[in-house]
Amino acid sequence: MESKCDTQEKFKQLQKFIDSMEDRRGALIAVLHKAQHLYGYLSNDVIFYIAEKLEIPSAKVFGVISFYSYFTTEPRGKYVINVCLGTACFVRGADAIMREFEKILNIKAGETTEDKKFTLSGLRCIGACGLAPVVMVNDKVYGRVELNQVKTIIEEYQEEA
Amino acid sequence: MGLINVTINNQTIAVEEGTTILEAAKKLDIRIPTLCYLNLEHVKTVNGSASCRVCVVEIEGRRNLAPSCATPVSEGMVVRTNTLRCIKARRLVVELLLSNHPTDCLICEKNLNCELQSLAAELDIRRIKFHGVRATHEKDISSKAIIRNMDKCILCRRCETMCNEVQTVHVYSAVNRGFDTFIAPALNLPMDKSICTFCGQCVSVCPTAALTVVNEARDGGHGKNGSCS
Repeated sequence: MESKCDTQEKFKQLQKFIDSMEDRRGALIAVLHKAQHLYGYLSNDVIFYIAEKLEIPSAKVFGVISFYSYFTTEPRGKYVINVCLGTACFVRGADAIMREFEKILNIKAGETTEDKKFTLSGLRCIGACGLAPVVMVNDKVYGRVELNQVKTIIEEYQEEA
Repeated sequence: MGLINVTINNQTIAVEEGTTILEAAKKLDIRIPTLCYLNLEHVKTVNGSASCRVCVVEIEGRRNLAPSCATPVSEGMVVRTNTLRCIKARRLVVELLLSNHPTDCLICEKNLNCELQSLAAELDIRRIKFHGVRATHEKDISSKAIIRNMDKCILCRRCETMCNEVQTVHVYSAVNRGFDTFIAPALNLPMDKSICTFCGQCVSVCPTAALTVVNEARDGGHGKNGSCS
């Protein structure tokens, strides 16, 4: 769990980021990116804070968050596994890869493991169709993933305590 | 501002630049059916979401039908509002809307006072051709004034325009996207937990029964002071 001090530090960073923006109303997406990067998700408090600072109605901010699948209002695991389900990856067996992840982690797509280590989700096309099927773990990209590699990928992050 | 000549259904008129086809047609006493469009002239606010596509017209030289409520006229434009293509497109649009709309009209709050119902009657729709997924939302009866029934929402965005631009309360925004879209307060909070002031203006512009008011006399017991028993 995060300490209170930690939270305050992140809050200050977000505040500083917003204050550095020249056009506040046009800055919403950039600010949401920053906030999600800092906190891992967008909590109600953060949503209301951003709305107030940018002078954008909170309903609108929530609407924008809900529109883009990238943004999440639920806390996510330390490692977010994204299986690309775009056309190219799909025809090369991305659905089977997804099922394998679901089986090994014992969670469904969109869910987070109980130990908050892994979140499994699907996304549409990351523009690496030549490497299909593609899996991303946080910012790291795995290309031409085969079924028997799934376990190895998970283990890579399991061992790291 | 310059005047622009436009021909609608073989009648020519000169209108100010920036006028929409719908407004120009109105001046010629030509009625184009609309659904999402709302012009609140007295407060100079227009709901121009052009989301329903009921008001589509044919423009000479253009391949696609154009929504007349959101298409400004241009010099020499020739428009037809009542061709078979237009009428078929309008009917299709309403049939699709009805395919995701409850059919409890007889006991609906807005029975005989519903713009979707009137339009379906006007276009002589007697059968719902499409049977697909239906949106299912929980009815929000949390407040003592306004009931939100998103199953009946056609996403015209009039409530948003009214709440945000006229009343400047900013309660509503569209949430999610595509088929999953619905209109809700921030964080999808129930109405009684939202910043709503219950002015009721959203209810007054809702074309369907997506937003209605609590009727104490009829529904009784909804509020503490309403019932006799």
